[in-house]
Amino acid sequence: MTVPYLLRRLGLAVVVLWAAWTVSFVVLYLLPGDPVATMAAGGGDGEQLSPAELDELRARYGLDQPLIVQYVTKLLAAVQGDLGTSFATGQGVRSAIAEALPPTLQMAGAGLLVAIVGGTALAVAATWTRRPWLRQVLAGLPSLAVSLPVFWVGLMLVQLFSFRLGWLPSVGDRGFAALVLPAITLGLPTGALIAQVLAKSLSQTLEASFVTTARAKGVGPAAVHLRHALGNAVIPALTVLGYVVGNVLAGSVVVETVFTRPGLGRLTVASVGVQDIPVVQGVVLFAALAFVVVNLIVDLAYPLLDPRVAVTGVVR
Amino acid sequence: MSPARPAAAGASANRPSRLRRLLTGRPQLPGALRGLPAGRGAVLLAATALTLTACGSGPEAAGAAGEPQPGGTLVFAVSSDQGCADPQQVGSNDSIYSLRQVVDSLTDQDPETGEIVPWLATEWSSNDDATAWTFTLREGATFSDGTPVDAAAVKANFDRVPDIGARGTLPKGYLAGYAGTDVTSPTEFTVRFEQPNVQFLQGTSTHSLGLLSPASAAGTDEERCAGVIGSGPFTLESYVKDDITVLAKRTGYDWGSSLFTRPGEAYLDRAEFRVVPESGVRSGSLQSGEIDAIASVGQQDEAPLTAAGVELVARPNPGIPFGITFNHETPLGADPAVREAVSRGIDRDELVTTVYPSQTVKATSSLSSTTPGYADQSALVDYDPAAATAALDAAGWVPGPDGIRAKDGRPLTLPLTFAQNIATAKPSLELIQQQLRRIGIDLQLREVQISETPVVQQDGDFVALWGNLTRADPDILRSQYWTGGNNYYRFPPSPLDDALAGQAAATDEAQRAELAGTAQRLLAEGNHNVPVVELTTVLGVGPTAHDVAFDASSRIQLHDTWKSG
Repeated sequence: MTVPYLLRRLGLAVVVLWAAWTVSFVVLYLLPGDPVATMAAGGGDGEQLSPAELDELRARYGLDQPLIVQYVTKLLAAVQGDLGTSFATGQGVRSAIAEALPPTLQMAGAGLLVAIVGGTALAVAATWTRRPWLRQVLAGLPSLAVSLPVFWVGLMLVQLFSFRLGWLPSVGDRGFAALVLPAITLGLPTGALIAQVLAKSLSQTLEASFVTTARAKGVGPAAVHLRHALGNAVIPALTVLGYVVGNVLAGSVVVETVFTRPGLGRLTVASVGVQDIPVVQGVVLFAALAFVVVNLIVDLAYPLLDPRVAVTGVVR
Repeated sequence: MSPARPAAAGASANRPSRLRRLLTGRPQLPGALRGLPAGRGAVLLAATALTLTACGSGPEAAGAAGEPQPGGTLVFAVSSDQGCADPQQVGSNDSIYSLRQVVDSLTDQDPETGEIVPWLATEWSSNDDATAWTFTLREGATFSDGTPVDAAAVKANFDRVPDIGARGTLPKGYLAGYAGTDVTSPTEFTVRFEQPNVQFLQGTSTHSLGLLSPASAAGTDEERCAGVIGSGPFTLESYVKDDITVLAKRTGYDWGSSLFTRPGEAYLDRAEFRVVPESGVRSGSLQSGEIDAIASVGQQDEAPLTAAGVELVARPNPGIPFGITFNHETPLGADPAVREAVSRGIDRDELVTTVYPSQTVKATSSLSSTTPGYADQSALVDYDPAAATAALDAAGWVPGPDGIRAKDGRPLTLPLTFAQNIATAKPSLELIQQQLRRIGIDLQLREVQISETPVVQQDGDFVALWGNLTRADPDILRSQYWTGGNNYYRFPPSPLDDALAGQAAATDEAQRAELAGTAQRLLAEGNHNVPVVELTTVLGVGPTAHDVAFDASSRIQLHDTWKSG
């Protein structure tokens, strides 16, 4: 692991963040509609503000400036860590995200746990069994799980376990029990993805010559499967981890809505609805940051898992 | 209120399809999220004792539940949150339901008669031209921080209103032309206006002019949004944005509205308002008993809820019903024959039974039937396809080969702009489209985001606009249709202006009602506004919750609410 390599990766990360911020800026500011007018409507009825009052508000938020001036000003502020304040609530964007983050992290963590444990177990089971029909069924499960819409799975789980059986709460309770269904909903498609990649890579590894050698030396089947083969097969699965994290963040939008949980997903839905541009941009930036950081960690972790992979300054 | 939903073939499909749309966008955060704001015009809800008995089809009718008993926690699910816990800064029903309980108002409004009755103020009067209103306060009321509810506190509240930011449009409208408050004694004060302001009196009965303690009122807009102190039957125990609002009973409360069924404290110990955005989860949790009452019941949820012993209560919202208003600066909007044909060509009965919850009624005037000053115009506002075609024939609009009428080679293609502020908007308009096609009008639907509608109105970038507004005072007509105001519909000056301006200055009840009636008749005669259906939102109340009372604005009052079992 070399310093130039790290610097290069960090430089790329900055470019990705800048691009995410810029694209979101362009898209959001080119949207039809007027955030100030939306704010003035206040979700209510009755009297509306006069055009003069609206102009005054626009000036207060700098929305009367030419777009390019707004872009430069806001980019400079963002570079210094100032993401602005929410149009809708007047709260600082950073504190709004910081507030919404813990419940989402908690749920995403639980979802990832379900995904990793479930996905790995399924992949091992599918490659372990000798019965062709069972192997077929187990290998088909991930495709099925990936194709199920998240909101549908969530609603079905709530219907069954909350409304019919009454085992788990649907709204309200913020304890461990309330985390179970969202974690399963969130973990299902992600776990299926992990299972798919891992099963493929496992079955390939099991045919490799070092496995044959290990078997010839008299290593038991379980040790071959779990210690020798799984360790090597996990690398491709690790590669999709960045994608998995992105998936979990996107999934939180739906899962938080269905399960009535506060968090980043709900914040995003609410902000997009009222064109609260600073908050939406903050969320986009955060998602990009999470993506970049996870990918960097994964890349740096390769050589630790597989000494054959050497991280060099050469980027192909 | 949870608007901005995608197209749905019927109301029954709307929730899942919204989520589907959330999903089918790219799975990255922003794209996936065309969502549901806590919406403007997402005006929902409720029922008076009167309609309550009328629709008491639920298993537990009035007396069956036994005597009211104190104690318990009411759990109420709403669909959205406006992100602010200050009653003076919210306008969406979902936020008003909880925050209404935290503040008292100077007056209250009888939901059945529309009459303004005492609450904190025992009596009031205005000068002849309604530019000065003098109130006398009752004694002994205190805010929950211990400060007295006196004239100085009222002055502190009213003086602060003009400085509230963009979220304060409601109280600012009620205090339009505010010139100051003179405190003459701790219990007596006079509110002065620069011009006549008759609607102010009804404004004092709303949550928007509910009184905050002087310390609370002095806070910044943002500080107030985090939570306020009032004198109401409940205090705000905690508020978590987009999650939960918890209210606790105010012990020692003894200055309730004259409309409350008993003096003294509320029955309930606590009330929790949870934000549950998914309608299937709301109705499911109500059926399973996890929550006690829900707002925003859709047509698709009615049957399963009723089967589970849930009582569905409904009340048409006062104000301007859902309908079509024309831009009079466009050729089609200025054509009286086209306007008449649209009004006569809509079969409102078919629409109501097809699309809306079962307790919905069709509109019969430009004010809904629960608005004070409402005057029935059903002779002018009703389905009459013969009259519609006759009007078009007489004006020279003749049917073309494709059935669409044309005049001077120009087809009768009428663009209608709308925002999907409640789930029923699009299905209604699609049905209206079919109905108008039968008489040769080609109605083109143009959907805009809710956030765009103020801009569309300001710029006049529409021929016809679909919408509604909630307010329990006829002055709402003036705010929309008076050429001296914003005049978003570009009405030409007409005798309508005199009626609208006249009612705003008429201190005599009867005279005011007459002027409001004249305005409604003129609007109906000219078909300037085509009223279609009264917004009726339905509340689901579980078997253990009782006497959820509804105020004149079709929002709830929990002082008399109690729980059994």
